[in-house]
Amino acid sequence: MEPLTRVEGRAIPLGLKNVDTDIIIPAKWLKTISREGLGQGAFEALRAEPGNVIDDPAYAGANILIAGDNFGCGSSREHAAWALGDMGIRVVIAPSFSDIFSGNAVKNGMLPVVLPQGAVDRLLEVAREGLAISVDLEQQTVTTPYQDRFTFTLDPFRRDCLLGGLDEVGLTMARGEAIGGFEASRTAAQPWLMRGTAA
Amino acid sequence: MASRPRTLYEKIWDAHVVETRDDGTALVYIDRHLVHEVTSPQAFEALRIAGRPVRRPELTLAVPDHNLPTTPRLDSRGHPLPIADPESAAQLAALEVNAPAFGIRYIPATAKEQGIVHVVGPEQGFSLPGTTIVCGDSHTACHGGLGALAFGIGTSEVEHVLATQTLLLQQSKPMEVRVEGDLGPGVSAKDLILHIIGTIGAAGGSGYVIEYRGAVFARMSVEERLTVCNMSIEAGARAGLIAPDDTTFAYLKGRPMAPQGAEWDAAVAYWRSLHTDEGAVFAKSVVIDAAAVEPSVTWGTSPEDVVAIGGRVPFPEDFADESKRVAAQKSLDYMGLTPGTPMTEVPIENVFIGSCTNSRIEDLRAAAAILNGRRKADNVRWAIVVPGSGLVKAQAEDEGLDKVFIDAGFEWREPGCSACLGMNPDKVPAGERCASTSNRNFVGRQGPGARTHLVSPAMAAAAAVTGRLADVRTLV
Ligand code: SF4
Repeated sequence: MEPLTRVEGRAIPLGLKNVDTDIIIPAKWLKTISREGLGQGAFEALRAEPGNVIDDPAYAGANILIAGDNFGCGSSREHAAWALGDMGIRVVIAPSFSDIFSGNAVKNGMLPVVLPQGAVDRLLEVAREGLAISVDLEQQTVTTPYQDRFTFTLDPFRRDCLLGGLDEVGLTMARGEAIGGFEASRTAAQPWLMRGTAA
Repeated sequence: MASRPRTLYEKIWDAHVVETRDDGTALVYIDRHLVHEVTSPQAFEALRIAGRPVRRPELTLAVPDHNLPTTPRLDSRGHPLPIADPESAAQLAALEVNAPAFGIRYIPATAKEQGIVHVVGPEQGFSLPGTTIVCGDSHTACHGGLGALAFGIGTSEVEHVLATQTLLLQQSKPMEVRVEGDLGPGVSAKDLILHIIGTIGAAGGSGYVIEYRGAVFARMSVEERLTVCNMSIEAGARAGLIAPDDTTFAYLKGRPMAPQGAEWDAAVAYWRSLHTDEGAVFAKSVVIDAAAVEPSVTWGTSPEDVVAIGGRVPFPEDFADESKRVAAQKSLDYMGLTPGTPMTEVPIENVFIGSCTNSRIEDLRAAAAILNGRRKADNVRWAIVVPGSGLVKAQAEDEGLDKVFIDAGFEWREPGCSACLGMNPDKVPAGERCASTSNRNFVGRQGPGARTHLVSPAMAAAAAVTGRLADVRTLV
C-alpha cells in the first residue's frame, strides 16, 4: 500500500450530507471481481447532471474530496473506497463518517479527516476558489493558502498504517501465537463455539 | 471481586478480545463469518496472491444471494440453467470455485438450504447467541436478534477474517433503545424499527451498538427480533442486539449447526448469562413509547424519512435545520411527491416482499393473511415475493401461501436478495414507486430512478390490494 504522509491539491467541494455508498458507487458496478477501474462508475447519478461538481474542470485532478455529515453511510461495499481511490482521491474531509467507510478508506490508503462543520464550511469556500488544500498526516493538520489551520485526530493505529503503508493482514498474522492461545482455551472451555459448519 | 456491572454488548466484547493494544484497539476473535459472491472475490484474490490460507475454514459459511436471478434455477430435467448476465455469472462462479479451494462450506444456488446470508445463518444454527458474526454486508446486524454481536465489514476485513479469524476494532459505546408499553393491533416489528429510526435519525446510532430493551422485544418471535436488529445500521449503529432468552433457545434447538446433547446444555447455561447487568451504564439512552407507533412508511430517500401511514408528505419548511430542508426538497423531487399529500393517496405500481429484513416465514404469513381472497389492484404492474431461503419457500408452499400470493397476482420466486438492491434482473423501473419490505430507500437502490417506500409485509400486501399506500388496519 502506498504510504500517505502529506497530500496537497485541489479539492472537490461536494459538501452534501449523508452521501451513501450507493451514491458513491451504484450497485451495478459491484459485479466486478477486481479492485480496479471503478472510478468510471463513481458518483454516476450525480455526474449525469449537467454542471455537476465532480466533473467541473475547475477541480480537475483533485485528490481531496470535501463532504457533509455521515459520509459513506449505507452499504458496507468497499467498492466505494476503491472507486474514490480510482478517481485519484486520497483524502476525504467531512464532519463525520460512517464507521465502515472510514475503516475501508484507511485499509486502502485513503485518509478520512473529521473536522467540525465550521471548518468544513471554510474549506468548501477555499476549494470552490479552486485553491489547493494541504493535509499533513504527521502534523494532523489541514491548511489553506489563506493560513487557515485546522487540526484533526485519527486513531494512532490507523495513522501508523497510513504513514507506513502497512498491510494489516500481515501485521495480524504476526500475532498468530496469541490468536492460537485464545483458540485453544476456547476449544477447551466451549468446544461448540469452534465447530461452526463442522457441527 | 465482583466485576463491574456490564451491558450485554460489553460482555460479548470482553469474551472476544484476544489482546488489546496500547492505543486501545483490540484484536477481536470472530466466531462466525458469512460470505457471499459480491464482497468476497477480491478478498480471495488477495489471499491467493499472498499465498495465505484461511485460518479456520469451518468458521466461515459461503452462500450466493446478492446477484443470483430469482427465476427458476433448474430446467425440467433438473440441470442448472445458465445465468444470462456474464458479470453476475463470473462472480457466482468465482465463489463456487473459491469456497471449496479454501476449504469453506459452500451452499450452492440450487440447494434447498440456499438463501440470503442473514436468513441462512440463523436458520442453519450457524449464528448463535453471544458469538461475534461478520459478513461483507451491512445488514449483518440482523443476527443481533439472536443475541449475537453481528456487524457488516468491507472486503479488506473479509480478507483479514479469512486469514486471521480476527478483526482489529475500536470498541463502540453501548446505547439503549428502551421501548415501553405495547404495540397496538396491526403494528409490526418493522413499523417499530422504522419508527425508531425516524425518531433517532439515520446517524442517531453512529459510534454505538444498540441494545433493544423492553417487554415488547421479550414477547417478539426470533423472526421479529431479526427484523428489528437488521435495520440497526439504518440508524447508523454498528450493530443491534436483543438479549437471548427461552424464545431464542427454542428457535435454535435442533438446527443443523447448533450445538447438541451435553454441549447444547452447556451452551444454554452460558447464553443465560448474556444479559445486561442491573446497574450497567449505557452511554446513550432513548425511550420510545410503543403505543405511539403506527403502521409506518418512508416518504423520502433516507430511512429516517418515516411517517405514520395516517400522516402526510412533509413540507421541507417543516424541518428545523437548513441542510435537512435541502435534503428533504431533493428527496421530494426524486420521489415525485407533493408536500401535504396524505400518504394513503400515494399510488403504487410495484410491490416487493422479500430481503433479509422481511422474507422469513412469519413475514410471508403476515402478507398472505391480508392477500387471502383478494387481488392486486390493476395499477400494480409488478408484485413479487422472494422468500429468504429455499427452506422458507418450501415451508410456505406446505402451508399453501404460494397459492395465496399467485392468486393475488404476485410472482412467486426463488430465494435471494433480488429487488432489495437491484443487482440481479429484479429492478423497479425509473420513476415508478415500489412498496418494499426491504431496508433501504436510497436513490437508485432498487434500480436507477426507482422510488422506494419502505413498509412491513402486511403493509406491502395492503398496498398491492388497494394500489396505494394503505393502512393495513382498514383491511383486516
Ligand atoms: S437482502 Fe438486501 S440487505 Fe439483505 S443481504 Fe441481501 S442485499 Fe443485503
